[in-house]
Amino acid sequence: MSTMQVQTPGLQTTVQDLGRNGFGPAGVSPSGAADPISLRLGNRLVGNDENVAGLEMMLLGGTFAFPEGAILALAGSDFGAMLDDVRVDVGTSVEARPGQTLRLGPTSSGARCYLCVQGGIAVTPFLGSASTHVLSGLGGFEGRALRKGDVLHIESETKAFRKRTIAPSALEQLSSRKVLRVTPGPQLDWFLESSLRSFYAGPYRVGEQSNRMGLRLEGAAITQRGTGQMITEGVSLGAIQVPAGGSPIILFVEQQTTGGYPKIANVIAADLHRVGQLRPRDEIRLEEVTFDAARSLLIEQENMLASRELILE
Amino acid sequence: MQTFTSDAARFQPASDQTLLVYFGQQITIGAHQRVRKLLRLLEREPIAGVHNLNPAYCSILLTFDALRLNHADLEEILRAYLDRLDAMRISEGRERKIPTCYGGEFGPDLDEVASLHGIAPSQVIELHASVSYVVYFLGFVPGFAYLGELPAALATPRLDSPRRSTPPGSVGIADNQTGVYPFATPGGWRLIGRTPLAMFRPDRKAMSFLSIGDRVRFTPISAARFSAMERA
Repeated sequence: MSTMQVQTPGLQTTVQDLGRNGFGPAGVSPSGAADPISLRLGNRLVGNDENVAGLEMMLLGGTFAFPEGAILALAGSDFGAMLDDVRVDVGTSVEARPGQTLRLGPTSSGARCYLCVQGGIAVTPFLGSASTHVLSGLGGFEGRALRKGDVLHIESETKAFRKRTIAPSALEQLSSRKVLRVTPGPQLDWFLESSLRSFYAGPYRVGEQSNRMGLRLEGAAITQRGTGQMITEGVSLGAIQVPAGGSPIILFVEQQTTGGYPKIANVIAADLHRVGQLRPRDEIRLEEVTFDAARSLLIEQENMLASRELILE
Repeated sequence: MQTFTSDAARFQPASDQTLLVYFGQQITIGAHQRVRKLLRLLEREPIAGVHNLNPAYCSILLTFDALRLNHADLEEILRAYLDRLDAMRISEGRERKIPTCYGGEFGPDLDEVASLHGIAPSQVIELHASVSYVVYFLGFVPGFAYLGELPAALATPRLDSPRRSTPPGSVGIADNQTGVYPFATPGGWRLIGRTPLAMFRPDRKAMSFLSIGDRVRFTPISAARFSAMERA
Protein backbone atom coordinates (compact mmCIF):
# COMPACT_ATOMS: atom_id res chain seq x y z
CA MET A 1 0.00 0.00 0.00
CA SER A 2 1.40 3.41 -0.91
CA THR A 3 0.99 6.61 1.06
CA MET A 4 0.18 10.25 0.73
CA GLN A 5 1.61 12.73 3.20
CA VAL A 6 -0.27 15.86 4.20
CA GLN A 7 2.25 18.71 4.26
CA THR A 8 -0.40 21.42 4.53
CA PRO A 9 -4.07 20.51 4.92
CA GLY A 10 -5.81 23.48 3.27
CA LEU A 11 -8.87 25.11 4.80
CA GLN A 12 -11.05 22.04 5.28
CA THR A 13 -9.92 18.89 3.50
CA THR A 14 -11.92 15.75 4.23
CA VAL A 15 -12.12 12.19 2.95
CA GLN A 16 -15.41 11.75 1.09
CA ASP A 17 -17.17 9.19 -1.06
CA LEU A 18 -20.80 9.33 -2.18
CA GLY A 19 -22.12 9.06 1.38
CA ARG A 20 -23.92 6.58 3.62
CA ASN A 21 -27.59 6.05 2.99
CA GLY A 22 -30.11 4.21 5.10
CA PHE A 23 -29.25 5.36 8.62
CA GLY A 24 -31.91 8.05 8.97
CA PRO A 25 -33.65 6.07 11.75
CA ALA A 26 -30.46 6.49 13.86
CA GLY A 27 -30.24 10.22 13.07
CA VAL A 28 -27.23 9.75 10.77
CA SER A 29 -27.30 11.91 7.63
CA PRO A 30 -25.68 10.62 4.42
CA SER A 31 -22.80 13.14 4.32
CA GLY A 32 -20.58 12.43 1.28
CA ALA A 33 -19.11 14.71 -1.36
CA ALA A 34 -20.69 18.17 -1.54
CA ASP A 35 -20.27 18.05 -5.33
CA PRO A 36 -20.76 14.34 -5.99
CA ILE A 37 -20.55 14.70 -9.77
CA SER A 38 -17.00 16.06 -9.54
CA LEU A 39 -15.98 13.18 -7.26
CA ARG A 40 -17.53 10.67 -9.68
CA LEU A 41 -15.72 12.20 -12.64
CA GLY A 42 -12.42 12.43 -10.76
CA ASN A 43 -12.66 8.75 -9.92
CA ARG A 44 -13.38 7.82 -13.51
CA LEU A 45 -10.35 9.75 -14.70
CA VAL A 46 -8.07 7.52 -12.60
CA GLY A 47 -9.95 4.31 -13.44
CA ASN A 48 -11.79 3.94 -10.11
CA ASP A 49 -15.42 3.14 -9.44
CA GLU A 50 -17.38 6.35 -8.97
CA ASN A 51 -17.96 5.80 -5.23
CA VAL A 52 -14.29 5.42 -4.25
CA ALA A 53 -13.03 7.75 -1.49
CA GLY A 54 -11.14 10.88 -2.49
CA LEU A 55 -10.26 14.18 -0.86
CA GLU A 56 -12.65 17.09 -0.84
CA MET A 57 -10.95 20.47 -0.51
CA MET A 58 -12.79 23.69 0.25
CA LEU A 59 -11.74 27.15 -1.00
CA LEU A 60 -8.05 26.57 -0.26
CA GLY A 61 -6.29 23.34 -1.14
CA GLY A 62 -3.43 21.54 0.57
CA THR A 63 0.03 20.21 -0.25
CA PHE A 64 0.43 16.45 -0.58
CA ALA A 65 3.57 14.40 -1.10
CA PHE A 66 3.56 11.00 -2.82
CA PRO A 67 6.69 9.14 -1.66
CA GLU A 68 5.80 6.07 -3.75
CA GLY A 69 4.10 7.98 -6.55
CA ALA A 70 0.42 7.78 -7.57
CA ILE A 71 -1.99 8.18 -10.44
CA LEU A 72 -4.22 11.09 -9.65
CA ALA A 73 -6.79 13.53 -11.01
CA LEU A 74 -8.45 16.73 -9.90
CA ALA A 75 -12.09 17.53 -10.56
CA GLY A 76 -14.41 20.36 -9.67
CA SER A 77 -13.05 23.87 -9.17
CA ASP A 78 -9.60 25.03 -10.19
CA PHE A 79 -7.32 25.48 -7.18
CA GLY A 80 -4.24 26.26 -9.31
CA ALA A 81 -2.58 22.86 -8.74
CA MET A 82 1.12 22.25 -9.44
CA LEU A 83 2.84 18.85 -9.46
CA ASP A 84 6.32 19.98 -8.48
CA ASP A 85 6.68 22.75 -11.07
CA VAL A 86 4.18 21.55 -13.68
CA ARG A 87 0.64 22.88 -13.79
CA VAL A 88 -2.08 20.21 -13.32
CA ASP A 89 -5.36 20.98 -15.02
CA VAL A 90 -8.71 20.05 -13.55
CA GLY A 91 -10.32 17.16 -15.41
CA THR A 92 -7.17 15.33 -16.57
CA SER A 93 -5.38 12.33 -15.07
CA VAL A 94 -1.68 12.66 -14.30
CA GLU A 95 1.02 10.38 -12.95
CA ALA A 96 3.01 11.53 -9.93
CA ARG A 97 6.45 9.93 -9.85
CA PRO A 98 7.79 8.74 -6.48
CA GLY A 99 8.75 11.76 -4.37
CA GLN A 100 6.68 14.30 -6.25
CA THR A 101 4.51 16.85 -4.43
CA LEU A 102 1.12 18.23 -5.43
CA ARG A 103 0.46 21.80 -4.30
CA LEU A 104 -2.94 23.43 -4.45
CA GLY A 105 -3.75 27.03 -3.66
CA PRO A 106 -6.88 29.16 -3.36
CA THR A 107 -9.78 28.58 -5.70
CA SER A 108 -10.10 30.59 -8.86
CA SER A 109 -13.65 29.37 -9.54
CA GLY A 110 -16.06 27.50 -7.24
CA ALA A 111 -15.90 26.24 -3.67
CA ARG A 112 -14.63 22.68 -4.00
CA CYS A 113 -11.92 20.67 -5.70
CA TYR A 114 -11.61 16.88 -5.48
CA LEU A 115 -8.37 14.95 -5.50
CA CYS A 116 -8.85 11.36 -6.61
CA VAL A 117 -6.06 8.77 -6.57
CA GLN A 118 -6.07 5.46 -8.37
CA GLY A 119 -7.17 2.82 -5.85
CA GLY A 120 -8.72 5.42 -3.56
CA ILE A 121 -7.96 6.66 -0.06
CA ALA A 122 -8.06 3.77 2.41
CA VAL A 123 -9.93 4.46 5.64
CA THR A 124 -11.98 2.21 7.92
CA PRO A 125 -15.53 2.54 6.68
CA PHE A 126 -18.17 3.74 9.14
CA LEU A 127 -21.63 2.36 8.30
CA GLY A 128 -20.38 1.28 4.92
CA SER A 129 -18.95 4.61 3.82
CA ALA A 130 -15.61 6.44 3.94
CA SER A 131 -17.31 9.83 4.20
CA THR A 132 -16.33 12.20 6.96
CA HIS A 133 -19.18 13.69 9.01
CA VAL A 134 -17.28 16.63 10.46
CA LEU A 135 -19.89 17.79 12.96
CA SER A 136 -20.26 14.46 14.74
CA GLY A 137 -16.64 13.42 14.23
CA LEU A 138 -17.59 10.20 12.45
CA GLY A 139 -16.21 8.41 9.40
CA GLY A 140 -13.40 9.47 7.09
CA PHE A 141 -9.89 9.91 8.47
CA GLU A 142 -10.28 9.88 12.27
CA GLY A 143 -13.63 11.62 11.87
CA ARG A 144 -12.05 14.98 11.11
CA ALA A 145 -10.59 17.31 8.52
CA LEU A 146 -6.96 16.54 7.63
CA ARG A 147 -4.08 18.11 9.52
CA LYS A 148 -0.44 18.72 8.72
CA GLY A 149 1.54 15.51 9.22
CA ASP A 150 -1.33 13.09 8.55
CA VAL A 151 -0.33 10.09 6.46
CA LEU A 152 -3.08 8.61 4.31
CA HIS A 153 -2.94 5.16 2.79
CA ILE A 154 -3.80 4.55 -0.83
CA GLU A 155 -5.34 1.22 -1.81
CA SER A 156 -2.93 -0.64 -4.09
CA GLU A 157 -3.92 -0.76 -7.70
CA THR A 158 -1.88 -2.13 -10.54
CA LYS A 159 -3.58 -0.55 -13.52
CA ALA A 160 -1.21 1.21 -15.87
CA PHE A 161 -1.44 4.95 -16.28
CA ARG A 162 -3.83 6.14 -18.96
CA LYS A 163 -4.27 9.74 -19.84
CA ARG A 164 -7.96 10.55 -19.54
CA THR A 165 -9.66 13.91 -19.92
CA ILE A 166 -13.23 15.08 -19.32
CA ALA A 167 -14.80 16.28 -22.57
CA PRO A 168 -14.92 20.10 -22.56
CA SER A 169 -18.57 20.04 -23.64
CA ALA A 170 -19.48 18.07 -20.51
CA LEU A 171 -17.60 20.46 -18.25
CA GLU A 172 -19.50 23.27 -19.90
CA GLN A 173 -22.86 21.63 -19.13
CA LEU A 174 -21.89 20.95 -15.53
CA SER A 175 -20.29 24.32 -14.89
CA SER A 176 -21.56 26.37 -12.01
CA ARG A 177 -24.78 28.24 -12.52
CA LYS A 178 -25.89 31.00 -10.29
CA VAL A 179 -29.53 30.02 -10.72
CA LEU A 180 -30.63 27.09 -8.58
CA ARG A 181 -33.74 25.30 -9.69
CA VAL A 182 -36.14 24.33 -6.92
CA THR A 183 -39.42 22.51 -6.42
CA PRO A 184 -42.09 23.74 -3.97
CA GLY A 185 -41.41 22.93 -0.32
CA PRO A 186 -43.80 20.90 1.86
CA GLN A 187 -44.83 24.00 3.84
CA LEU A 188 -45.17 26.30 0.83
CA ASP A 189 -48.61 27.49 1.94
CA TRP A 190 -47.17 28.80 5.22
CA PHE A 191 -45.62 31.72 3.39
CA LEU A 192 -47.12 34.99 2.19
CA GLU A 193 -47.63 35.42 -1.54
CA SER A 194 -45.49 38.58 -1.40
CA SER A 195 -42.69 36.63 0.28
CA LEU A 196 -42.80 33.97 -2.41
CA ARG A 197 -42.44 36.69 -5.04
CA SER A 198 -39.40 38.17 -3.34
CA PHE A 199 -37.94 34.71 -2.78
CA TYR A 200 -38.01 34.03 -6.53
CA ALA A 201 -37.02 37.59 -7.48
CA GLY A 202 -33.83 37.34 -5.42
CA PRO A 203 -30.93 37.71 -5.50
CA TYR A 204 -29.63 36.00 -2.37
CA ARG A 205 -26.06 36.08 -1.17
CA VAL A 206 -24.44 32.97 0.29
CA GLY A 207 -23.58 33.75 3.93
CA GLU A 208 -20.10 33.53 5.43
CA GLN A 209 -21.00 30.84 7.99
CA SER A 210 -22.10 28.40 5.30
CA ASN A 211 -20.65 24.89 5.51
CA ARG A 212 -21.41 21.25 4.74
CA MET A 213 -24.40 21.36 7.11
CA GLY A 214 -26.11 24.27 5.46
CA LEU A 215 -25.83 27.45 3.42
CA ARG A 216 -27.33 30.63 4.78
CA LEU A 217 -28.95 32.90 2.22
CA GLU A 218 -28.89 36.65 2.80
CA GLY A 219 -31.45 38.79 1.00
CA ALA A 220 -35.14 39.56 1.16
CA ALA A 221 -36.55 38.19 4.43
CA ILE A 222 -39.33 35.64 4.07
CA THR A 223 -42.46 36.15 6.13
CA GLN A 224 -44.74 33.40 7.33
CA ARG A 225 -48.49 33.76 7.10
CA GLY A 226 -49.40 33.07 10.68
CA THR A 227 -47.86 31.69 13.80
CA GLY A 228 -48.42 28.03 13.06
CA GLN A 229 -46.56 25.54 15.22
CA MET A 230 -44.44 23.28 13.09
CA ILE A 231 -43.99 19.70 14.26
CA THR A 232 -40.44 18.41 13.74
CA GLU A 233 -40.23 16.17 10.65
CA GLY A 234 -37.65 14.58 8.35
CA VAL A 235 -35.88 17.04 6.06
CA SER A 236 -34.64 16.44 2.51
CA LEU A 237 -31.22 17.15 1.13
CA GLY A 238 -31.38 20.63 -0.39
CA ALA A 239 -34.43 21.68 1.60
CA ILE A 240 -34.68 25.46 1.98
CA GLN A 241 -35.97 26.09 5.47
CA VAL A 242 -36.95 29.46 6.85
CA PRO A 243 -36.38 30.06 10.56
CA ALA A 244 -38.27 32.78 12.44
CA GLY A 245 -35.76 35.47 11.46
CA GLY A 246 -36.77 35.04 7.79
CA SER A 247 -33.33 34.22 6.31
CA PRO A 248 -33.52 30.99 4.30
CA ILE A 249 -31.04 28.14 4.87
CA ILE A 250 -30.28 25.40 2.31
CA LEU A 251 -29.80 22.13 4.22
CA PHE A 252 -26.79 20.35 2.83
CA VAL A 253 -24.90 17.03 2.94
CA GLU A 254 -24.14 17.04 6.68
CA GLN A 255 -27.61 18.29 7.42
CA GLN A 256 -29.61 17.54 10.50
CA THR A 257 -31.90 14.64 9.62
CA THR A 258 -35.04 16.22 11.10
CA GLY A 259 -36.02 19.81 11.69
CA GLY A 260 -38.77 22.05 12.95
CA TYR A 261 -38.68 24.99 10.54
CA PRO A 262 -41.03 25.30 7.55
CA LYS A 263 -39.54 24.63 4.12
CA ILE A 264 -40.39 26.99 1.29
CA ALA A 265 -38.64 25.10 -1.51
CA ASN A 266 -36.11 22.35 -2.26
CA VAL A 267 -33.15 22.40 -4.63
CA ILE A 268 -33.69 19.80 -7.37
CA ALA A 269 -31.47 16.70 -7.43
CA ALA A 270 -29.84 17.77 -10.72
CA ASP A 271 -28.62 21.04 -9.14
CA LEU A 272 -27.38 19.74 -5.76
CA HIS A 273 -23.82 19.39 -7.06
CA ARG A 274 -23.88 23.09 -7.94
CA VAL A 275 -24.71 23.94 -4.31
CA GLY A 276 -21.42 22.24 -3.41
CA GLN A 277 -19.59 24.75 -5.60
CA LEU A 278 -21.17 27.88 -4.10
CA ARG A 279 -18.76 30.11 -2.21
CA PRO A 280 -19.55 32.55 0.58
CA ARG A 281 -20.70 35.89 -0.94
CA ASP A 282 -21.77 34.28 -4.24
CA GLU A 283 -25.02 35.74 -5.51
CA ILE A 284 -27.70 33.31 -6.53
CA ARG A 285 -31.28 33.30 -7.72
CA LEU A 286 -33.92 30.63 -7.35
CA GLU A 287 -36.15 29.39 -10.14
CA GLU A 288 -39.20 27.23 -9.58
CA VAL A 289 -39.70 24.09 -11.70
CA THR A 290 -42.27 21.30 -11.50
CA PHE A 291 -41.48 17.85 -10.09
CA ASP A 292 -41.75 16.43 -13.61
CA ALA A 293 -39.29 18.97 -14.98
CA ALA A 294 -36.90 18.23 -12.12
CA ARG A 295 -37.03 14.54 -12.95
CA SER A 296 -36.39 15.16 -16.65
CA LEU A 297 -33.40 17.34 -15.81
CA LEU A 298 -31.96 14.60 -13.59
CA ILE A 299 -32.45 11.94 -16.28
CA GLU A 300 -30.84 14.22 -18.87
CA GLN A 301 -27.87 14.83 -16.55
CA GLU A 302 -27.38 11.13 -15.79
CA ASN A 303 -27.59 10.30 -19.49
CA MET A 304 -24.89 12.84 -20.17
CA LEU A 305 -22.75 11.35 -17.36
CA ALA A 306 -23.27 7.86 -18.77
CA SER A 307 -22.33 8.82 -22.33
CA ARG A 308 -19.28 7.26 -23.91
CA GLU A 309 -18.06 10.63 -25.13
CA LEU A 310 -17.77 12.02 -21.61
CA ILE A 311 -14.26 10.81 -20.84
CA LEU A 312 -11.71 11.13 -23.62
CA GLU A 313 -8.80 8.70 -23.66
CA MET B 1 -50.30 17.99 -4.86
CA GLN B 2 -51.81 16.28 -1.84
CA THR B 3 -53.70 13.06 -1.79
CA PHE B 4 -55.49 11.15 0.93
CA THR B 5 -55.75 7.46 1.61
CA SER B 6 -58.64 5.69 3.22
CA ASP B 7 -56.86 5.43 6.56
CA ALA B 8 -56.10 9.16 6.56
CA ALA B 9 -52.36 9.01 6.04
CA ARG B 10 -51.42 11.95 3.85
CA PHE B 11 -48.69 12.07 1.21
CA GLN B 12 -46.70 15.20 0.50
CA PRO B 13 -43.77 15.48 -1.90
CA ALA B 14 -40.95 17.27 -0.08
CA SER B 15 -38.43 17.31 -2.95
CA ASP B 16 -37.99 15.62 -6.32
CA GLN B 17 -36.49 12.64 -4.48
CA THR B 18 -38.42 12.60 -1.19
CA LEU B 19 -41.97 11.94 -0.06
CA LEU B 20 -43.46 12.65 3.36
CA VAL B 21 -46.10 10.36 4.84
CA TYR B 22 -48.04 12.16 7.59
CA PHE B 23 -50.15 10.47 10.23
CA GLY B 24 -52.08 13.57 11.29
CA GLN B 25 -50.57 16.81 12.52
CA GLN B 26 -50.43 16.19 16.24
CA ILE B 27 -47.94 14.56 18.54
CA THR B 28 -49.88 11.60 19.89
CA ILE B 29 -48.97 8.09 20.97
CA GLY B 30 -51.36 6.83 18.27
CA ALA B 31 -49.46 8.64 15.52
CA HIS B 32 -46.16 7.53 17.04
CA GLN B 33 -47.24 3.90 16.93
CA ARG B 34 -48.25 4.17 13.29
CA VAL B 35 -44.86 5.73 12.51
CA ARG B 36 -43.15 2.81 14.27
CA LYS B 37 -45.29 0.25 12.47
CA LEU B 38 -44.65 1.70 9.03
CA LEU B 39 -40.93 2.08 9.80
CA ARG B 40 -40.75 -1.53 10.91
CA LEU B 41 -42.60 -2.75 7.85
CA LEU B 42 -40.37 -0.70 5.53
CA GLU B 43 -37.25 -2.03 7.25
CA ARG B 44 -38.49 -5.60 7.04
CA GLU B 45 -39.72 -5.36 3.46
CA PRO B 46 -37.68 -2.59 1.84
CA ILE B 47 -39.07 -0.93 -1.29
CA ALA B 48 -36.61 -1.19 -4.18
CA GLY B 49 -35.37 2.31 -4.99
CA VAL B 50 -36.08 3.75 -1.52
CA HIS B 51 -32.77 4.36 0.15
CA ASN B 52 -33.44 6.28 3.32
CA LEU B 53 -36.14 6.72 5.96
CA ASN B 54 -36.47 9.57 8.44
CA PRO B 55 -39.13 8.90 11.06
CA ALA B 56 -40.33 11.80 13.22
CA TYR B 57 -43.25 12.55 15.60
CA CYS B 58 -46.09 11.89 13.18
CA SER B 59 -44.40 11.44 9.82
CA ILE B 60 -41.83 9.47 7.87
CA LEU B 61 -39.75 11.01 5.10
CA LEU B 62 -38.78 8.53 2.38
CA THR B 63 -35.81 9.31 0.12
CA PHE B 64 -35.90 7.53 -3.22
CA ASP B 65 -33.89 7.16 -6.38
CA ALA B 66 -35.64 9.58 -8.72
CA LEU B 67 -34.30 7.67 -11.72
CA ARG B 68 -36.28 4.60 -10.65
CA LEU B 69 -39.37 5.95 -8.89
CA ASN B 70 -41.59 9.00 -8.88
CA HIS B 71 -43.98 10.26 -6.22
CA ALA B 72 -47.06 8.64 -7.76
CA ASP B 73 -45.39 5.20 -8.07
CA LEU B 74 -44.20 5.36 -4.49
CA GLU B 75 -47.59 6.47 -3.16
CA GLU B 76 -49.15 3.51 -4.93
CA ILE B 77 -46.70 1.08 -3.33
CA LEU B 78 -47.08 2.70 0.08
CA ARG B 79 -50.87 2.37 0.06
CA ALA B 80 -50.44 -1.40 0.19
CA TYR B 81 -48.07 -1.02 3.15
CA LEU B 82 -50.46 1.30 4.95
CA ASP B 83 -53.30 -1.20 4.55
CA ARG B 84 -51.25 -3.67 6.58
CA LEU B 85 -50.39 -1.38 9.51
CA ASP B 86 -53.25 -2.42 11.76
CA ALA B 87 -52.05 -6.02 11.64
CA MET B 88 -48.45 -5.06 12.48
CA ARG B 89 -47.10 -5.88 15.94
CA ILE B 90 -44.45 -3.70 17.50
CA SER B 91 -42.51 -4.48 20.64
CA GLU B 92 -42.88 -2.70 23.93
CA GLY B 93 -39.96 -0.33 24.14
CA ARG B 94 -37.07 -1.12 26.46
CA GLU B 95 -36.78 0.67 29.81
CA ARG B 96 -33.65 2.86 29.84
CA LYS B 97 -32.22 4.96 32.66
CA ILE B 98 -30.11 8.05 32.08
CA PRO B 99 -28.09 9.06 35.15
CA THR B 100 -27.95 12.85 35.12
CA CYS B 101 -26.09 15.43 37.15
CA TYR B 102 -28.33 18.51 37.25
CA GLY B 103 -27.42 22.21 37.58
CA GLY B 104 -24.13 24.02 38.06
CA GLU B 105 -21.67 23.61 35.22
CA PHE B 106 -23.59 20.52 34.12
CA GLY B 107 -26.85 22.37 33.58
CA PRO B 108 -26.12 26.07 33.04
CA ASP B 109 -29.78 26.93 32.33
CA LEU B 110 -31.30 25.16 35.36
CA ASP B 111 -31.65 28.30 37.49
CA GLU B 112 -33.15 30.31 34.65
CA VAL B 113 -35.67 27.56 33.86
CA ALA B 114 -36.61 27.49 37.55
CA SER B 115 -37.10 31.24 37.73
CA LEU B 116 -39.10 31.30 34.45
CA HIS B 117 -41.56 28.93 36.10
CA GLY B 118 -41.32 30.50 39.57
CA ILE B 119 -40.17 27.29 41.20
CA ALA B 120 -36.97 26.17 42.94
CA PRO B 121 -34.21 24.46 40.88
CA SER B 122 -34.72 21.34 43.02
CA GLN B 123 -38.36 21.23 41.87
CA VAL B 124 -37.25 21.38 38.21
CA ILE B 125 -35.02 18.36 38.85
CA GLU B 126 -37.78 16.54 40.69
CA LEU B 127 -40.29 17.18 37.91
CA HIS B 128 -37.86 16.26 35.11
CA ALA B 129 -36.96 12.99 36.84
CA SER B 130 -40.55 12.20 37.85
CA VAL B 131 -41.90 10.78 34.60
CA SER B 132 -41.12 8.12 32.05
CA TYR B 133 -40.52 9.54 28.56
CA VAL B 134 -41.11 7.92 25.18
CA VAL B 135 -38.40 8.00 22.51
CA TYR B 136 -40.52 9.37 19.68
CA PHE B 137 -37.65 9.11 17.18
CA LEU B 138 -33.94 9.72 16.67
CA GLY B 139 -33.06 12.69 14.53
CA PHE B 140 -31.14 15.96 14.20
CA VAL B 141 -27.70 14.32 14.71
CA PRO B 142 -26.65 10.67 15.23
CA GLY B 143 -28.23 9.28 18.39
CA PHE B 144 -30.26 12.35 19.38
CA ALA B 145 -33.56 11.08 20.83
CA TYR B 146 -36.64 13.27 20.92
CA LEU B 147 -38.26 12.45 24.27
CA GLY B 148 -41.75 13.39 25.35
CA GLU B 149 -43.65 14.55 27.07
CA LEU B 150 -42.14 16.90 29.55
CA PRO B 151 -44.41 17.65 32.55
CA ALA B 152 -46.49 20.70 31.52
CA ALA B 153 -45.05 22.73 34.41
CA LEU B 154 -41.60 22.50 32.77
CA ALA B 155 -42.50 23.37 29.18
CA THR B 156 -40.03 26.13 28.25
CA PRO B 157 -39.31 27.88 24.95
CA ARG B 158 -35.92 27.45 23.27
CA LEU B 159 -33.12 29.94 23.90
CA ASP B 160 -33.46 33.13 21.85
CA SER B 161 -30.09 32.50 20.29
CA PRO B 162 -28.74 28.96 20.16
CA ARG B 163 -25.40 28.09 21.73
CA ARG B 164 -22.61 27.57 19.24
CA SER B 165 -21.72 24.36 21.01
CA THR B 166 -23.20 22.16 23.72
CA PRO B 167 -21.05 19.69 25.70
CA PRO B 168 -21.77 16.05 24.74
CA GLY B 169 -24.21 14.45 27.18
CA SER B 170 -26.02 17.73 27.87
CA VAL B 171 -29.64 17.19 28.88
CA GLY B 172 -31.86 19.87 27.39
CA ILE B 173 -35.50 20.86 27.31
CA ALA B 174 -37.45 22.70 24.61
CA ASP B 175 -41.20 23.25 24.63
CA ASN B 176 -42.67 19.94 25.81
CA GLN B 177 -39.66 17.85 24.74
CA THR B 178 -36.44 16.78 26.40
CA GLY B 179 -33.33 15.16 24.98
CA VAL B 180 -29.62 14.51 25.34
CA TYR B 181 -27.01 16.00 22.99
CA PRO B 182 -24.72 13.14 21.87
CA PHE B 183 -22.11 15.45 20.30
CA ALA B 184 -20.79 18.97 20.72
CA THR B 185 -23.27 20.58 18.33
CA PRO B 186 -24.93 23.96 18.12
CA GLY B 187 -28.17 23.83 20.09
CA GLY B 188 -31.05 26.00 21.23
CA TRP B 189 -32.47 23.73 23.94
CA ARG B 190 -32.09 24.88 27.56
CA LEU B 191 -29.52 22.76 29.34
CA ILE B 192 -30.47 21.58 32.83
CA GLY B 193 -28.00 18.73 33.37
CA ARG B 194 -25.53 16.32 31.82
CA THR B 195 -25.14 12.53 31.68
CA PRO B 196 -21.81 10.69 31.66
CA LEU B 197 -23.34 8.04 29.33
CA ALA B 198 -22.19 7.97 25.71
CA MET B 199 -25.43 8.37 23.77
CA PHE B 200 -23.82 7.35 20.47
CA ARG B 201 -20.73 5.23 20.02
CA PRO B 202 -19.75 4.07 16.54
CA ASP B 203 -17.69 1.21 18.03
CA ARG B 204 -20.68 -0.25 19.90
CA LYS B 205 -22.94 -2.80 18.20
CA ALA B 206 -26.05 -0.82 19.10
CA MET B 207 -24.47 2.53 18.28
CA SER B 208 -27.26 4.55 19.79
CA PHE B 209 -28.04 4.09 23.50
CA LEU B 210 -31.70 4.82 22.73
CA SER B 211 -34.00 3.46 20.02
CA ILE B 212 -37.38 4.59 18.77
CA GLY B 213 -40.10 3.42 21.17
CA ASP B 214 -37.86 3.05 24.26
CA ARG B 215 -39.08 4.40 27.60
CA VAL B 216 -36.63 6.61 29.43
CA ARG B 217 -36.22 7.89 32.99
CA PHE B 218 -33.64 10.39 34.18
CA THR B 219 -32.09 9.58 37.55
CA PRO B 220 -30.32 12.40 39.46
CA ILE B 221 -26.67 11.76 40.38
CA SER B 222 -24.03 13.81 42.22
CA ALA B 223 -21.04 15.50 40.59
CA ALA B 224 -18.80 12.93 42.30
CA ARG B 225 -20.80 10.07 40.82
CA PHE B 226 -20.70 11.78 37.42
CA SER B 227 -16.87 11.92 37.53
CA ALA B 228 -16.64 8.32 38.69
CA MET B 229 -18.90 7.14 35.88
CA GLU B 230 -17.11 9.25 33.31
CA ARG B 231 -13.79 7.65 34.30
CA ALA B 232 -15.22 4.13 34.25
